[in-house]
Parts: sequence; structure tokens; C-alpha cells
Amino acid sequence: MALLQISEPGMSTAPHQHRLAVGIDLGTTNSLVATVRNSISTVLNDEQGRAMLPSVVRYVDEQTILVGEAAQRTQSEDPINTISSVKRFMGRGLTDIGDTSRFPYRFLDQTGQVQLRTVAGAKSPVEVSAEILKVLRARAEASLGGELVGAVITVPAYFDDAQRQATKDAARLAGLNVLRLLNEPTAAAIAYGLDNASEGVYAVYDLGGGTFDISILRLSRGVFEVLATNGDSALGGDDFDHRIYCWLLEKNTLSALGPQDTRLILTHARTAKEQLTEHEETRVTAMLSTGEVIDNVLTQAEFHEMSNNLVQRTLQPLRRALRDANLKVADVNGVVMVGGATRMPQVQRAVGEFFNQTPLTNLDPDKVVALGAAIQANLLAGNRGEDDWLLLDVIPLSLGIETMGGLAEKLIPRNSTIPTARAQEFTTYKDGQTAMSIHVVQGERELIADCRSLAKFELRGIPAMVAGAARIRVTFQVDADGLLSVAAREMGSGVEANIEVKPSYGLSDSEITRMLQESGQYAKDDMQARALREQQTEAQQLIEAVQNALDMDGELLATNERSHIEQQIVALRASLEQTDTQLLKRAITALNDATVKFAQARMDKSVSHALSGKNISDLEVK
Amino acid sequence: MSSTKLDLHQSYFQLFDLPQTFALDGAALEQRYRGLQMTVHPDKSAHLPDAEQRVAMQQATFVNEGYQTLRSALRRARYILKLNGVDTQEETNTAMPMDFLVEQMEWREAVVEAQQSRDVDALTELETRMHVETAALEAQLADKIDTEKNYAGAALMVRKLRFMEKLAEEIHAAYDAIDY
Repeated sequence: MALLQISEPGMSTAPHQHRLAVGIDLGTTNSLVATVRNSISTVLNDEQGRAMLPSVVRYVDEQTILVGEAAQRTQSEDPINTISSVKRFMGRGLTDIGDTSRFPYRFLDQTGQVQLRTVAGAKSPVEVSAEILKVLRARAEASLGGELVGAVITVPAYFDDAQRQATKDAARLAGLNVLRLLNEPTAAAIAYGLDNASEGVYAVYDLGGGTFDISILRLSRGVFEVLATNGDSALGGDDFDHRIYCWLLEKNTLSALGPQDTRLILTHARTAKEQLTEHEETRVTAMLSTGEVIDNVLTQAEFHEMSNNLVQRTLQPLRRALRDANLKVADVNGVVMVGGATRMPQVQRAVGEFFNQTPLTNLDPDKVVALGAAIQANLLAGNRGEDDWLLLDVIPLSLGIETMGGLAEKLIPRNSTIPTARAQEFTTYKDGQTAMSIHVVQGERELIADCRSLAKFELRGIPAMVAGAARIRVTFQVDADGLLSVAAREMGSGVEANIEVKPSYGLSDSEITRMLQESGQYAKDDMQARALREQQTEAQQLIEAVQNALDMDGELLATNERSHIEQQIVALRASLEQTDTQLLKRAITALNDATVKFAQARMDKSVSHALSGKNISDLEVK
Repeated sequence: MSSTKLDLHQSYFQLFDLPQTFALDGAALEQRYRGLQMTVHPDKSAHLPDAEQRVAMQQATFVNEGYQTLRSALRRARYILKLNGVDTQEETNTAMPMDFLVEQMEWREAVVEAQQSRDVDALTELETRMHVETAALEAQLADKIDTEKNYAGAALMVRKLRFMEKLAEEIHAAYDAIDY
């Protein structure tokens, strides 16, 4: 039988043969695999009947790797070689991770992505994630009895290009053919929408272990159209555990905590949080390695109070997503809750009050993402069911390019439906300029320094022309996985440069959060900074132009005229040192005014030059 | 499936089988957009060879661009003018009627004021007024383009509409700035 079931991944098979495809939720805390069997999406369990695989990998020695429960159980014995929450490091550089002392790992700073030094050698987050995916792949193949044609892997909606690319690489490394990267809230919407045959506008509130996503979708006759997505990438269930952890430290005067005791108290904090979902109060008792004892009672009311501002922090992204979608709260027909952290009653209450309706929780919030991914995988593999449906998703963060003066020019705004492309023409700003570097960024802020750098590349061989004559057309293409490629072309000569954006870095979680929050807070600062940069650029261009003109045609000026212009150049240079936009503007105007007559003289000269077809001075010499 | 090849050089109006007018049957656009994506979207050819997937991406990109262009009043007007050989001169022509500029200044001052006093109600009211003004401009634009066929005259209205779009962006930024 096995021979008959072997098929090349990605290749067509007989029309009636069901092609094996799975959906994988590669989570921060837990991972799952699901598939569609007999038209029903089902999570695949391991041999012990467990659906969730803890996202923990332990390198025991060169040969032995433990994944899941076995790795998690022995985590405190061997913290250096036991990697958990590796999703946080995907597509991240060392500087993105920040305070590495929070983790028991030995980080290696590699270009592009950090690595972790283990007993089995240096491991990249992509390799670690691949170990998790390999286990899920083996589970699926054992359970389905054949080779998979492909998999849909889910990613948080806010994941940027580097993180998406890293996820795709991990899947490839695990021997999986990636049919599509799918946003987690969208996956949940598919599972929910197809299950309930829903129509209308739905909000998916996805609070996971370490991330928060909100997506607004319109469901209409089999089309799932994402209208807007937003989030807070540094907010999840872990933060609620941490609140209880801090409360316990306040209640008990303990000696300095070692890493093992820290982990012990955090584990108890997590259990307490889960207890308080169904009970009015819970008792936390723990004995530390120092012999000190913790014994406290925590009530639901106390917990809700200490975590209230965390819940409130999720509401601003909701308002932003609604604004971007041009919708009001009253337009939302249903709210779907996703992620284990949405089990907390205070979260459900706050979301219910915000949307003025009871959130829907009839699908298991831990499984709904994997279930939706499986349905998408089934469709992409070519197993067409009775009902045809389609998913239209968006890009979460704006994509742009660096322009003069360190400004970001947005080419593809956030929440654009993918696949999408945008072309824009740029020009040279110096005479004879033959190369131009293109810097691609992602983010909402106006200044390059505040956005995430995705890639830099050079377009060389532009034919030498006067400033402003070259026409360089830059095309951004974002595919259905949300991955970007960029091409640039000089329109006159056809010089071309293409790059797959394989960025060296992704945005760190905290960076995205900061960017999203700051894009609001600093909108005004940005405008002022932008105005200043524009004036500075204009001033520099003006000085350069006037200098060139003086060098070429200075003899057209009387001595006092020339010195007047030079004085204004000095004055403008001086104002460039300041950060006063108005002052700069006045100095630019002054220099412009000082050169009016000079410009006229140059114009006359070039006109007579053109008329005679010969250089005037040549004529005079003769 | 994606065996139906789309002509990527036709106009967006031809693509969606709509008359080339500023007045738009939004429901028809939406319905045809969804219908087209149902056939060309890359998800429909994910199991096919790479070459066919690339074609699907180009086609779906074209359909998305067309949809985004036609459903936005500003982009639709700009597009119609371009098809008629008229440049809207949004970057180069800064000569706007004085009363319009004064009005725009007043709008912006009101937005800044609402932001500084963290007044969500005031922002919401401004937003509502802005929508009304924008709708009025769009009605005038429909007259200029569809009835008078005065494309040069329409260019000024497009530049006005661009101001209104920027104003909308500033109102959104103000909401963000006060964490609402």
C-alpha cells in the first residue's frame, strides 16, 4: 500500500485521490497539527492522545534531541540546552532581543539572526523551530499513513518579512512543502466562519502566550476579506503570569532568587492564573530551594485589578483596526476569541463591553488556529470540496523606501490586500550620478531611523545625466505569503536590479510595539521633523546648485553681486546648523532672492549660446 | 482555474466591466472583484507548477490594484484623468484658491486643538464634517468629469480631494496620538 501512496510533493495526482495536507500552528508555547478528514477539520494527537506539543527543544548531546513534553519536563535540569519560546527569536538579531540576561541561553551574534550555543553546537532559531516541525510532520504522516504534499504554517498577523521568511525556512528545513504562510487570526476566522456559515463583519481577538493580534474581516458568500489588522506584539498571557509573580514577591520577603526558583514561582503564578478562570480564589504554596516557603491566597478580584491595565492595552489596537477598516463598533456582527489567554473572564468581559456583545467561544481557543490552517491546506492542496471559498489577506505594516534626508516614503500602506505591487519613480540628485542605493524599510513612522530596515541594495550603471534626468522605477511586489521582493530599473537605459528581500533582520517584538505606539504619539513630532528635513534638503541642494553656477558662470557677476550671494550662502550654511525650520526657510528665501539677477544673466547667456550655436567667448576671441 | 488569462493592459474599467465614469456602481465593483479573485487568486493554483503560480500572482496583483484604484474616489478620479491624458499636477501645482487654503488651515488648527485638549468628541465631529465636505467635493467632481467632461477643471478638484485625504490622515493620527 505504501508504494501507491508515495507522490512527489507539489505534483498533480489522480483527480480522485485525496492529497494529504496539514495545517500547523507553530506557537510560542505550544504547537499543533491538524488535517481535514472526511470533510471535517481535526487536530491530530500523539500516541498518548495529546494534541498540544510544548514548543520546547532540548539538545541532550550531539545525537539526541528531545522535543515537547520530555524537553519541558527536564527544562530546569538543563536550562542552557533546553530552548523554549524560540518563536521570539525568529528572524531576530542580537540587538533586537535586548536584555539577553533574561534568558538562560548562550547567544551568538550572527549576521541576520542570532544563534544559540548548545551541547550539539550553534543552533539558529530556524533550526530549533524545524525540530518542532519535524515532530509534527512525523506525527501527521504516521497518523495519515502517507507522505504530505504540503503544509500551511501559521504566523502572527504582525509578523514582518524577516520573521515570515524565517518561518518558511524552518518548514523547508523540516522537509515540509510550504503551501502558504497564514495569519493566525485569519486561520481562526476560517475555522469559525466555515463552521457557522457566517456572513458579515467579524473581529478576531487573538491573545496568545506572547502576542496580541486583532483582525477585522468581512465574510460574504465564501470570501473572507481581511479589512484591517493591528496588534501589540509584546503582550500575551505571559504578562499576566508575571503580574502574579510580582505580587508574590511583594507578599513574601525572599532572599535573592536563582533561575530555578524564578521558574518555579512563574510556574505557580501560571497555575494560579488558570485556577482563577473558574474559581473565586486560589492558594499558592511553594517551597523554594532555599527552604523558604510561599503560601498566599489570591482572589479573582485582586487578580483582575492587578491585570486591568494589560486588558486595557488591548483595546487601543481594536480602535485602530476599526478606524483603518472605516467601521464603527456597531458594524461588527460577531467577535471570535482565540488563544488560551482569552479564557480569562476579565478579558472576555472587557472585549464584550467594548463590542457590546458576548464574544464567541464555541471553538477551543487553543485549537482553532490549527483547525483553520488545515482547512486552508486542504484547499491549497487541490482537494476541492463542495463549497468554493477564498481568503483575501493584508500586509500588516507599511512598506517604503528611504528618500533624501532620511525620510521614509511609503509605497505600500499597511492593510493593503495581497498579493500587491507598487511602482514609483525616483531620480538622481547630482549631476553625473551613476549609482543609487535603495533602502527598503517597514513601519509607520516618517523617519527612516524609526522604521525597521529590511534590505539595502545598489542600482549601478545608471548612465551619467544631469541631476533629475534619470528615471528609476522601483517596484515592490508582496506575494500571497506576505513576502516582499523588490526590483529597480532605470527607464532610459533599462539597467535593472532585482532582489529577493532576504533581510538580515526582522523587527523585534518590542520594536514593533514601540513603532505602532509611537506612530501615534509622535505623529506631530514626525511632521515637524519632516518639515525640517525637507528644508535642510532643499537648503543643501540650493547651496550646491548656486556653487556650481558660480563656478561655471561667476564671471557674469559684478564683484559686489558675487560677494552678496556668497554672504547669503554663508548665512544659509549657518542656519543649517540650527534646528529652526522657520529660520532655515528665511535663509533659503534670502539666497534665492540674491540669485534672481544671476539666474537671469545665466538664462540670457544660454539663450544667446543656443542661438549662435557657438560659444560666445569663442566668437569674441576670433 | 487560472487558465483564463487576463489581459494586463486593459483598463481597470474594462477589467471590471464597468462604464468609464466617476459615478460608480460600488456593489457591482465589489461583486466582480470577488468573482475575479475567485478565479485568479494564487490560492487557486497553489498545487500547480511555479510558472502558473507566478502568472496567478501577477493577475491577482492586477485585480487588487484595479479594485483599490476604482473604489477610492480620489484614485478613481486621478485614473480617469490619466486615461484622458490630463496630469493632476498634485506634486507640482500648488496654486490653490485662497478661500480653500484658509479653510484647510482652519481644519488643521481645529484638529491640533482637539488633539491637545484630548477631545475625542471634537475629533469625531470634525471627522463627520470632513466626510460631508468630501462627499460634496466628490459630487462636484462627478459633474465635472461625467457631465461636463471638463478634465482640466477636474484636476483642481482632484487636488482639493487630495487635501481632504491628507486631512483624514491627520485626524487618524490625532486619534492615535491621544491613545484612542
